[in-house]
Amino acid sequence: MPVADQQAAPTDFPLADCLLAARLFANNPDSFGGICLRGFGPVRDALVAKLVSALEPLGPVQKIPNNVDCERLLGGLDLAATLQGGRSVWRPGLLQVAENGVLLLPMAERIDENIAAHIAQAMDVGALSVLLLDDGMESDETPPAVLMERVAFHCDLSDSRDLEVVAALEFMDKDRAARLPSMTRKKRASLAATAAACGIDSVRPLLFAERCAAAHARDMGREKIVDEDLQAAVRLVLAPRATQLPHSEETPPPAQEEPSPPDRESSESDDEQAIEDIPLEDLLLQAAAASIPPHILDQIEGLVRQSGKGQGGRAGSKQQSSRRGRPKGTRPGVPGSGRRLALIDTLRTAAPWQTIRRHESGQSDPSKIHVRKSDLLVHHFEERQESLTIFAVDASGSSALSRLAEAKGAVELMLAEAYVKRSQVALVAFRKEGAEVLLPPTRSLTRARRALSALPGGGGTPLAAGLIAARQLAEAARKRGQTPTIALLTDGKGNVMQDGTASRTGAKEEMQGIAKGIAALGLSSIVIDISPRPRPEAAELAAALRGRYLPLPRAQSSAMVAAIESVGKEAMA
Amino acid sequence: MSGFPFSAIVGQEEMKLALLVAAVDARIGGVMIFGDRGTGKSTAARALAATLPQIRAVEGCRFHCEPENRDDCPDPCTSKRVRKMAVPFVDLPLGSTEDRVVGTLDLEKALSLGEKHFEPGLLAKAHRGFLYIDEINLLEDHVVDLLLDVAASGENLVERDGLSIRHPARFVLIGSGNPEEGELRPQLLDRFGLSVEVKTPDDIDQRVEIMRRCDARERDAAKFAGKWQGEDAKILRRIDRAKKALPKVKTPAKILRDTATLCKAVGADGLRGELTLMRGARAFAALQDDDAVTLDHLKTMAPLSLRHRLRRDVLDETGSTVRIERALEELFG
Repeated sequence: MPVADQQAAPTDFPLADCLLAARLFANNPDSFGGICLRGFGPVRDALVAKLVSALEPLGPVQKIPNNVDCERLLGGLDLAATLQGGRSVWRPGLLQVAENGVLLLPMAERIDENIAAHIAQAMDVGALSVLLLDDGMESDETPPAVLMERVAFHCDLSDSRDLEVVAALEFMDKDRAARLPSMTRKKRASLAATAAACGIDSVRPLLFAERCAAAHARDMGREKIVDEDLQAAVRLVLAPRATQLPHSEETPPPAQEEPSPPDRESSESDDEQAIEDIPLEDLLLQAAAASIPPHILDQIEGLVRQSGKGQGGRAGSKQQSSRRGRPKGTRPGVPGSGRRLALIDTLRTAAPWQTIRRHESGQSDPSKIHVRKSDLLVHHFEERQESLTIFAVDASGSSALSRLAEAKGAVELMLAEAYVKRSQVALVAFRKEGAEVLLPPTRSLTRARRALSALPGGGGTPLAAGLIAARQLAEAARKRGQTPTIALLTDGKGNVMQDGTASRTGAKEEMQGIAKGIAALGLSSIVIDISPRPRPEAAELAAALRGRYLPLPRAQSSAMVAAIESVGKEAMA
Repeated sequence: MSGFPFSAIVGQEEMKLALLVAAVDARIGGVMIFGDRGTGKSTAARALAATLPQIRAVEGCRFHCEPENRDDCPDPCTSKRVRKMAVPFVDLPLGSTEDRVVGTLDLEKALSLGEKHFEPGLLAKAHRGFLYIDEINLLEDHVVDLLLDVAASGENLVERDGLSIRHPARFVLIGSGNPEEGELRPQLLDRFGLSVEVKTPDDIDQRVEIMRRCDARERDAAKFAGKWQGEDAKILRRIDRAKKALPKVKTPAKILRDTATLCKAVGADGLRGELTLMRGARAFAALQDDDAVTLDHLKTMAPLSLRHRLRRDVLDETGSTVRIERALEELFG
């Protein structure tokens, strides 16, 4: 087993696992739905090249460019050929071309939700697998959740540099035809328990994990599935999907102070030493804890408190990014100056008149099409003006705790209207040393309520950090084509600087600078002074922000909503 | 690979019940399934469609008309021959354009012959079957409006591209969505007859059973299908019996009164709640081989028929299901 030897001395643990996943996928392309390779660079390029050459003999490998349209994906009338031949020529869609094969999706994190939905549907009904090349850098830049859900392996190659290991990789499985070993009930139960401990709700990962263990056993030349195969399945399939740090049922859920999972290499050797006397389930839990990728871990830290369901949430906010300029049908017009001709629709308009026009013009050549200016149609894009209200809430000790309840009320009231007005709401809270995004932009009442109920209070006032977090959200929203408004609920008395040092004067200076930066970006804002006796600090902040100042010593949710909405309307105008 | 047998689906009793009830009485008007990914929503819907017996259709008819009921077909539809076909199951993709859904001018005929012909869309395809929309909350609003309108009226009226045509489009609408990814408009929810909330089973035994069955199916799909054939046939007979018995199921006046009282107590908007609850309870009674609707039938169907119709109280965290159960408890003990 040359393959196993290669495994014996992993120089780069994540890379070794990625290669293992790639090999299992290449040898069983039908079983795993596909693989997601995150992190661009020469290592991934080499691995992709290897994978493609291994997959090509098995079936078509079809690359899908990012800007593919539904027409090309699903097939349709081939206009050029139709017009030339004078009879309809159908062109199969890329999904049909790739049937029983593999779709290669570059820049998968930027795939349009609609395209992803079509691909997911094709995966559900046919034998189609996908190779997602994820170039995302930020933790919220990931391929559409519908696709991530349907591929077994999520590999992160961002930090892998070892080209030689990839070059030495060989996909070979002489027993490809051999049946996969089956799993005992007990082993299935332990996989299911591990998935539950990692907070994985969906059933698909479980099925993938079972297949992964079986494929791994065969890959190692075994006829029975052993614990090591289960561990591999946990590492490769379950750990990257974890939404919480695994814990066994006896111990309470980990608090925030949970020590970071042990270093990978060391935990690996620990496992080997103690393998006999640890029950299987604990072994798997350890494997899971040790192999949750760092970027997932970051998300867990941030998400566990608010929802415990990272995947769904991110999909929600991501899905909005395609809002900009969605095609909204066509309308008569002459192309040019940015307007694009809608060819099919133009022809459709011209089509019924062909016989008459042919007759009129005295030309009988059926391959010529008579198009008049009045037939011309241009694409009409709808840039949906969606608004986003970013609440930056001062949750420090100086702002009375009761104020928090009112801020929560305002957020909920605005959300209740959100689905009617197509607006979104986000929530940033700042207290103690820093700010955190409690609620990424959303229209979902369910998520908002959960985030709000977890909003803690007390501590210093890191206003600067809060402003920066709000600004980042606002800028991201603008990129998505939304119109952001920042609503700052504070008493204006910042006393913690960005770097965490407590200094009233330093904080004030820093805050003014940041506020002016926000104003320079042209972001609209409103400062709602929630201190019991309004002081100049909040008004000064509003002036620096070039925003509106609203002293609300008795902040009432509904009054607050009215004020924020009027600012938002000005921003949209 | 052939579909997953309906009877082999582990757990998810409420979803299965809703689908069966909708299959017995199509007038109930669709099922909305709320739930996360990977909970078997589309598997269940697909499985039910595949379980149902083949339908008879006029040969060559693009709208697969029933031979005895072809008057509203826009095509000539004159063939004397009858073909058998599986119950249509149309999976509406997220990015579907209005063209694709409603149907449009047949470009081929228009270009080559200069004639105006209608090219049927997905609505025509779904006639007499199921129309499944995954993640309905992500679908463009105007497409959703259109779908609901057609689902309610049972006919698709096309007035576009210089075409003027109407064709029958009667189908069971099944929508699925995740409330975490955006709210649905109340008007939209109200149009769905029933709604169910599915969760992944948190019981390890159930999850293991799912793994076991999926594995068995993967190893030998034909054998697996064969094993469950008997169970599926039982379900089929049950639906058939219920369909026949449905007109004879009695609805006592007291039950009607209870229905109205309950709807008033929970504050379900509009009359649709009452009507659906009554129909649902009747269909459920028929499925249970009972000849009259009882309070138990009503209680079972109440959460499914009403939970998506309650007016949302922003500041009340209590879920709709709990509110209904509480009302049931208070009213009927």
